[in-house]
Amino acid sequence: MLNYLWGGMVLLGCLAAFWQGKPELIVKAALEGAKLAVDTAFGLVSIITFWLGIMRIMEESGIVENLSKILAPLIRLLFPEIPPGHPAEGAILLNLSANILGLGNAATPFGLKAMEELSRLNPQKDTASRAMCTFLALNTSAITLLPTTIIGLRQKFGAASPADIVIPTFLATLIGFTLALIADYFFKKSRW
Amino acid sequence: MIIKLGNWLLPLILFFVIFYGMLKKVEVYETFLEGAKDGFNTAIRTIPYLVGMVVAINIFFESGALKVLALGLNPLLNKLGIPAEVLPHALLRPLSGGAALGVAAKLMEAYGPDSLIGRMVSTMQGSSDTTFYVLALYFGSVGIKKFRYAPYVGLIADFTTFLASVFVVKIFFGT
Repeated sequence: MLNYLWGGMVLLGCLAAFWQGKPELIVKAALEGAKLAVDTAFGLVSIITFWLGIMRIMEESGIVENLSKILAPLIRLLFPEIPPGHPAEGAILLNLSANILGLGNAATPFGLKAMEELSRLNPQKDTASRAMCTFLALNTSAITLLPTTIIGLRQKFGAASPADIVIPTFLATLIGFTLALIADYFFKKSRW
Repeated sequence: MIIKLGNWLLPLILFFVIFYGMLKKVEVYETFLEGAKDGFNTAIRTIPYLVGMVVAINIFFESGALKVLALGLNPLLNKLGIPAEVLPHALLRPLSGGAALGVAAKLMEAYGPDSLIGRMVSTMQGSSDTTFYVLALYFGSVGIKKFRYAPYVGLIADFTTFLASVFVVKIFFGT
């Protein structure tokens, strides 16, 4: 299905450009996109390297283990496939905590680490496992407590009280998060 | 207050982790290096996946196809009582965080951050995620090519958060 989504975006884009008589837009947009992607990946090198280093200290000193113990029941419920005490647990918890606190650039390295651990448990290496799908559902819909970027932007544009959208944002993410988990549950059951 | 808290959070976490590590007699520097050594490869492995995704998104956006889609959806929005101005943001948000933030900034400049539209777009920006980017990045880092149902769950979440943002803001700030 991703093939249709991906192909559809490219084909519809081409048709729109042809129809306007501006075919030159397409290759320019493609190459600019490619450059943006490579720049993003290289930009991530520094962030990932730094946070993976810090994460190892968290593991060695027992912070991750303690966190896992507290939240183990939640992990059991959402990820029954992960054996208790597996390192994937800690990485998932760190990623979700960072996401909820709005620490985007710390959340990503923890998320990549979690994927790596989930990949070790995955028998079909090129196909997403259920745990991976659930993890992504949690990730893309995670509850937000501190939307710092947008509060900063509101401040810049002179909002009377830049943080007044915090509670609406929290409620909106809570609704989206609940629905994502429900959807994930039904997709899982449907053996898609 | 909240911005200040945001600024303090990461430094405090960093301080606590190093402090606690040293308290537990962890060789913090050596341990850091051990963890950090995979950073480069992890980031580089995602390049083909990110390029694939961002190229398609860029073509879809720059060609004007997204605008056509937005125009087509406007009558439906009017019926639901959703301002048409926020739609481009909702359509862009799962595709590109940067472009969506740009739209949010433009709307706040045009209508003011404390207008209903300004608050809606703020809530939308803060509450949803760049689903396609996250998918490409996370699955790409471990070589997943078949995403199964993950994109649909992500889009369902984005769509729900969009509707929730609009209506929650209406309830909180609306007239």
